[in-house]
Amino acid sequence: MLILTCPCCGVAADETELAPGGEAHLKRFGPGSSEDAFEGYLFLRQNPRGVHFERWRHAYGCGKWFHAARSTTTMEVFGTYSAQVTEPPPEITAKIAAAGKPTA
Amino acid sequence: MKRYSAFAIAREALRNHTGWDRAWASPEPKKRYDVIIVGAGGHGLATAYYLGKNFGITNVAVLEKGWLGGGNTGRNTTIIRSNYLQDPSAAIYEKSRSLYETLSQDLNYNIMFSPRGVIMLAQTEHEVRGYKRTAHANALQGVKTEYITPKRVKELVPIIALDGPRYPVLGGLWQARGGTARHDAVAWGYARACSAMGMDIIQRCEVTGVTRDGGKVTGVTTTRGDIGCDKLGIVVAGHSGHLADMAGFRLPIESVALQALVSEPIKPCMDVVVMANTVHGYMSQSDKGEMVIGGGADGYNNYTQRGSFHHIEETVRALIETFPMISRLKMLRQWGGIVDMTGDRSPILSKTPVDGVFINCGWGTGGFKAIPGSGWAMAELMAKGTSPLADAFSLGRFREGRFIDESVAAGVAH
Ligand SMILES: Cc1cc2nc3c(=O)[nH]c(=O)nc-3n(C[C@H](O)[C@H](O)[C@H](O)COP(=O)(O)OP(=O)(O)OC[C@H]3O[C@@H](n4cnc5c(N)ncnc54)[C@H](O)[C@@H]3O)c2cc1C
Ligand SMILES: [Zn+2]
Repeated sequence: MLILTCPCCGVAADETELAPGGEAHLKRFGPGSSEDAFEGYLFLRQNPRGVHFERWRHAYGCGKWFHAARSTTTMEVFGTYSAQVTEPPPEITAKIAAAGKPTA
Repeated sequence: MKRYSAFAIAREALRNHTGWDRAWASPEPKKRYDVIIVGAGGHGLATAYYLGKNFGITNVAVLEKGWLGGGNTGRNTTIIRSNYLQDPSAAIYEKSRSLYETLSQDLNYNIMFSPRGVIMLAQTEHEVRGYKRTAHANALQGVKTEYITPKRVKELVPIIALDGPRYPVLGGLWQARGGTARHDAVAWGYARACSAMGMDIIQRCEVTGVTRDGGKVTGVTTTRGDIGCDKLGIVVAGHSGHLADMAGFRLPIESVALQALVSEPIKPCMDVVVMANTVHGYMSQSDKGEMVIGGGADGYNNYTQRGSFHHIEETVRALIETFPMISRLKMLRQWGGIVDMTGDRSPILSKTPVDGVFINCGWGTGGFKAIPGSGWAMAELMAKGTSPLADAFSLGRFREGRFIDESVAAGVAH
């Protein structure tokens, strides 16, 4: 079972406590933006074979959103971090780099 | 290729089965082909087959990184139906279902199509309304389906408990001409027919890059060398995003795990396919007697071909309420596949931003039923640049807001 530590309340939560929320750090585009940008934001996804930055909600715990960095090929978790950021923090990217994984 | 027939079986029985050919050849890759198809799953092989059969294009290679049919084609629960809601879906799925009816004869390979009938249970008022709507839509589309009462459900499925404590059976959408087929045989039958037309099916050949010249495809790099082509068809289901990345574009697709399981074999007890979409569970009985069970997809991106066990628990917990007799069954095997999900739960058959590259993907949890129709449409698209069955499923529909929304019709689609 996938276990992620919720950075909001500190609980090591089983997957059954969590709700997945899809790709993280999407840049939002609204009315007035180009069709390319709007399509990219709404539909196109990285869907990487490797490290995926993603959103989760501690649905059956504190209820808060957070971010996680997880490999989609090994299920290795490189850490969880606040939902209030627009890119992964340096300690997470350092951990991923140390594991020899590309982050793109 | 020697034809399979009752006579051939008798002949071989008399000479210790020494006269059977290999079903398909395993040649070395050539330097160049008119068309390369990436992915020897059902959809890739069917695309190659109809390129040859319908358009006479036979200088074709199908490249497969693993073994033929080892992806989702060999991992699915083989439900075949065409009772979708939207017109473009009905057209391609019904074309596919009708091709399945004569596919064994067409391929000279027994794919064991069994039109035993499929019921989708209505277990909430919402589903009752939804399936009545689908039955009306199907009537207009010329797809034969029927909304049936709980009494009729019970006649068709004696082992069902109609008044399950959580979700009583309120009715059902019945497609008498739906059913199942043998998944491996579909891949093998198409492969044999492609090989007989002179096409090269190359296993253990992973595509690692797409070479381009000024926005046009020129070939692929593979683990068995570089191979040139005029046209490239990407038909790799869960790995579509990865291949698109090689060709330099992105897709509205996310890859997630979908699991299934089978029980120990028991005596015949259910001769139709039953789907319960509210509780995310469905079941049929294989010819060997195993109960074949599937459920909903996992919720997060995953390429491991392993799913989360709690999904299996949820599926089985729900099905036991509807089929109390299965509670004592031992489960024999469980497995997962990587399915390619689009936002509107409809597939993509399309040209791409790269000239000469075509993509067929997004069949998600429900593309086994679509193999013949999808191959038919994809071949036409690749040969002529347009296809009445495929055109509505182009990549452009996301940008243009022309969704073919099947997620409203059923959360799970198998
Ligand atoms: C558990 C489960 C149950 C299902 N149940 C049903 C059902 O009841 N009814 C139904 O209609 N559908 C069902 N489906 C969906 C169905 O299995 C798929 O939609 C369908 O099989 C997809 O076929 P395909 O040919 O597109 O993909 P696949 O069969 O996955 O073939 C793609 C091939 O591409 C190859 N490939 C990938 N990358 C590369 C590369 N770089 N180079 C070369 N080759 C590559 C893979 O190895 C693979 O063999 C189910 C799926 C699963 C997982
Ligand atoms: Zn929490």
